[in-house]
This record gives sequence, structure tokens and C-alpha cells, in this order.
Amino acid sequence: MTGSNITHNERSQEVMSPNEPSVESTARGLEVRRNILLTTPALIVLFLAASGPLFIMLFYSFLTPGNYGGVEWKSSLDAWFRVFLHRDIFDETVMFADAHISIFWRSLKLSLLTTLFTFVLGFPTAYFIATRPERTRNVWLFLVTIPFWTNLLIRTFAIMEVIRNQGVINTVLISLGFTDQPVQMLYTDFAILLGMAYVYMPLMILPLYASMERLDFKLIEAGYDLYATRLRVLWRIIVPLVKPGIIAGSVLVFIPSLGAYVTPRILGGGKNLMLGNLIELQFGQGRNWPLGAALSVTLLAIVMIALIIYVRTAQRSGNTRAN
Amino acid sequence: MCVRHNVPVIHVPTNPLSSHKPFVIRRIPGFATVAVICFAVLYIPLAPLVAYSFNAGTSITLWEGFSLRWYEAAWRNDLVQEAAIRSVVIAVTASVCATTVATMAALGTTRTRPYRGQLAIYAIINQPLMVPEIVTAVALLIVFAIVKTATDYHGLAYLIVAHTAFCVPFAYLPIRARLEGMDLTLETAAADLYATPWKIFHRVTLPLLLPGILAGAMLAFVISLDDVVITEFVKSVGQDTLPTYMLGQLRRVVTPEINAISTVLLGISVVLVTLVFLLSREKVQ
Repeated sequence: MTGSNITHNERSQEVMSPNEPSVESTARGLEVRRNILLTTPALIVLFLAASGPLFIMLFYSFLTPGNYGGVEWKSSLDAWFRVFLHRDIFDETVMFADAHISIFWRSLKLSLLTTLFTFVLGFPTAYFIATRPERTRNVWLFLVTIPFWTNLLIRTFAIMEVIRNQGVINTVLISLGFTDQPVQMLYTDFAILLGMAYVYMPLMILPLYASMERLDFKLIEAGYDLYATRLRVLWRIIVPLVKPGIIAGSVLVFIPSLGAYVTPRILGGGKNLMLGNLIELQFGQGRNWPLGAALSVTLLAIVMIALIIYVRTAQRSGNTRAN
Repeated sequence: MCVRHNVPVIHVPTNPLSSHKPFVIRRIPGFATVAVICFAVLYIPLAPLVAYSFNAGTSITLWEGFSLRWYEAAWRNDLVQEAAIRSVVIAVTASVCATTVATMAALGTTRTRPYRGQLAIYAIINQPLMVPEIVTAVALLIVFAIVKTATDYHGLAYLIVAHTAFCVPFAYLPIRARLEGMDLTLETAAADLYATPWKIFHRVTLPLLLPGILAGAMLAFVISLDDVVITEFVKSVGQDTLPTYMLGQLRRVVTPEINAISTVLLGISVVLVTLVFLLSREKVQ
């Protein structure tokens, strides 16, 4: 991807550079050359440590695992076969790899639930912030930004302390007499869901707020003037107007949830794995780097599909807005 | 165009004798309550975490009086000290490198007529924000394993390069935002007065851009300091940073020492983000 872009830039520079030297086109050519020189260092850094490695990972997914981790330089489709399928070692029958499929399913389910959960809490919150007077609005917004920039590990740790058996919630439940045994919340799917919703909440609120800030309240007033109920105004006017924010927030929450590693590792306690943990396992105890690489590429592919849907929908709603 | 846009509340005249609340167009019943719950949920779990870092006892659930012993314990713990120094070295180097290349990239992508490949450049710069961290981490593990066997170098450079890359978009965005708010008038004026391009940059552009650069650098620093996933996969043996050290400790019996370290990291983030907030509120000129 990156490589072709760089050649693309060079080519565009050639196209831009003046064939018939007029002052205008020379200046334009100089500007383009300056821009390309200025962006090159950033592109090199990102190519070395972000884009480039992805291609090597894709390549690794077609190799044979080494005995002690790493790979052997023999091409194989085995890793890709094993992403979803499983061959019995005795009678060679091919079956679905139940363990992998259930982890994929759990990841998808928990990510979608996290998105829903953050939306249900985040939508009213973003609306609340957007309707504050200008001066206090920034303070509320700042209160959302702070958790966004604080350590994810620390916030997960905080949730762990709250829901553990001797944690605040169970202590309160027991002292109020609701239960005499602590309720097991830690190391369950629910714990992962709660943790992810907690850590990714700002990612839902911030884009929602960004589109609600530009909400034209005259339209809402018009709706009420035409005897619409509050629910109808919300559903038929506000929601369609802030749709880009809803989509952006959902994508921003869904992507990191699907690839979550720290939160399920701490709150899921090693048995409730998600995709991120399954990938890690292949590079650790599993010693199957090609399978880990193939799983990572699969995860990346799901993320790309989500991003493409996002871009498409954003463009479409942009177009209808323009019309 | 829309003059009334900032009129906050529109009252519909109501019967003064009725006890109904005035009909406020912007208000949706229940939303404020949910918002308050949401803010409470965001902050309340952090309270016990901070509180128990001052616990005199060894438990993170049983309060035995106020003490700073766990801060002292963390301070005297060699592993914590080494990890803290390593974290700061990586975060400073990575944020300086990331901010430098991000500033250049921002200058090369704003205040210019759109050129071919510009969108692709945006996509590449923002890539670390779109690709799940675990995928990048695994890809880097593979690449650096190859480099490690080829060169036999096991130093901090791998972590610094990796951190620099994912810090670039965080440094880039505030710098670009600042640049987009600056027009070219002052630069043109300086050029009219025969200032050299370097002098224009040094005496006009850079001072105006400085708040954006500082904001970007601080965000990059925070992001690098807090990173767990990529560091966990890229680090060689004995290269723990504070977050990976904490991740390792969470598997064992947790003492308030972890709370103390968390509180300090939390404090650093809050202070820096507040500074960024204040810096970005400052308008151009």
C-alpha cells in the first residue's frame, strides 16, 4: 500500500513538474516538491514501523511454523486452513475449529454489545454536553477527554478492583444483605464487556458530541411547532442529523474492542479469550507464528470492512446533506 | 446566517398559574440524568484506586489508615525505578522524534493547494489510529525478530522506533489543527520584506505554531508513556516499562504499590492533558 503510494507521489510530481516552463507551473512544481520533502520523514517512520511490517506479517502467514517459535522458510497454507478449520490427527476428517469459532464469535458479540452499551449511555451524555451554555460546555467536554488520555491498563485495573469478589460492589451488596456470597463478576464475559464499555466510552461520546455541536435547533423547534412529540423529534430529526457522529462513534468503539488485548486478559482471567489473546497465544505458548499472523490478518480484514462501511455511509450522508 | 443559533433557551409562554416547567426546546427528559450517571461511572471507579494507594495496610480492599509507605516502597523498588527511567527515556525520545516529523508533515499537508496523493498521506499518517494495536504489535514482533537475529542488537531502539511511529498521528493532529487556523498573510508579508525562507519559518511560522507543537508533543509523550500492548510484544527480556511491569504484577498478589504507581501515572496524564487543553484554547494571535 505504502510503496505504491510513494511511487504514486513521485509520479504525480513528474506530472506536476513543468513541461513548458511558465512561472505559474514552476511555482506549483516547487510547492509540490516542498510538500513531498516535508512529508517524507513521517512516511518513512510509519512505513518502517506501521505499514511495512503488516506486509511481512501477511507473508509470514504463508510459512511453516518453526519448532521453537519463528518460522521455517517453507510455504504452506496450513495456517490459513487452521483459522477456522481443524483436521483430526487420526482419521484426517476436516471439521470446524470450534475453539477458534467460539473466540471469533465472543469477540464479535462483545464488541457489538460494547458499541451498543456505550451508545446508549454516550448519546444522552453527548447531547447533554452539546446543549450546555458555551462556557461550561468546554469543562464537560474536558471531563470526557481526561479518561480518554489516561492509561487503559490503569482504568482496567480500577474496574477489576471494583468488581472483584472483595471489591466495592460485592462489599456493598453483602453489607446491604442482598447476598451472603460474593457475586462472581470478575473473569466472566460480563466483566470484559463492562471493562471495554468503560475504557472506550470517550471514543463514543467525542464524535457524537462533534456532530451534535453543529445541530441546528431551529429544525427541532420547527418539529415541535408541527406538533411532533419529543420522541418523534428525537427519532425523526435529531438522530438523522447526527448520523455521521453515530457511525463514527460506533466504528471508533468497535475497532479497538474487536482487537482488545489488555482488558480481556485482565478481566477475562485467561479462560474467556478474545481474538487479541488468541493471537498472543500463537506467539507465546502456541509457537505457531504463521497461525498468529493469519489470525491477525483476519482481524485486520474485519476492521477494514468496518472502515469501508463507515466511509461509504459517511459519504452517502454527506451527499444527501449537500442535496 | 443563523443569528438565533446561540440563543440558549426558547420559552414557550406558559400559564403563570400552572406549575408546569417551561417547555425547553433543547431539553430531552432523562438525558441529563443519564449524562450525570455516565460521568459518575467514568470517575467513580478511579476513586478507590487512588484512595488505597495511601493505605497503611497491605490490602487493596481493607482501609487501615493513611500512609505514604507504598509510594516510598515503589520509589525504593529497583525494578520500578528502572522501568520508570526506561519509560521516560522512551517517551521523551519518541515524542521528540514524532513531533519533529509530524510538524514537517503538517507543514507539507496544510495551507497548500490539494495535490495528488494527499489523501493517501493522511491515510498513512493516521494508520496507527485505525489498525488494532495487537495487529501492529504482532507485525512488529515479527519484523524486529528478523532484525534482532540479523544484527544481534537488542537495545531500546526497537521500542523507540515503534513508539515514534504510533505517536506520529497524535502529534500531527493538534499541529495540523493549529496550522489550519493560521493564514499565510504574515509569511507573505515577511517574504515581501525579503526574509529568507528559513528566516520566515524561524521568526514567523514557528513562534505562531509553537502552542500546537507543544500540545502535540505532550500528547505523544502521554501516549508513549501509557502504551502497553506494543511495548509488551516488542521489548526484549528485561526491558520492562512501567505499564508492562504493572501488567506483569497484576497476575500476582496485588499490593497498594501498584495503586501508588497508577496514581502517579494518572497524575502525569491529567496534568499534561490539562496543559494541552489550555494551550489549544489559546487562539492564534
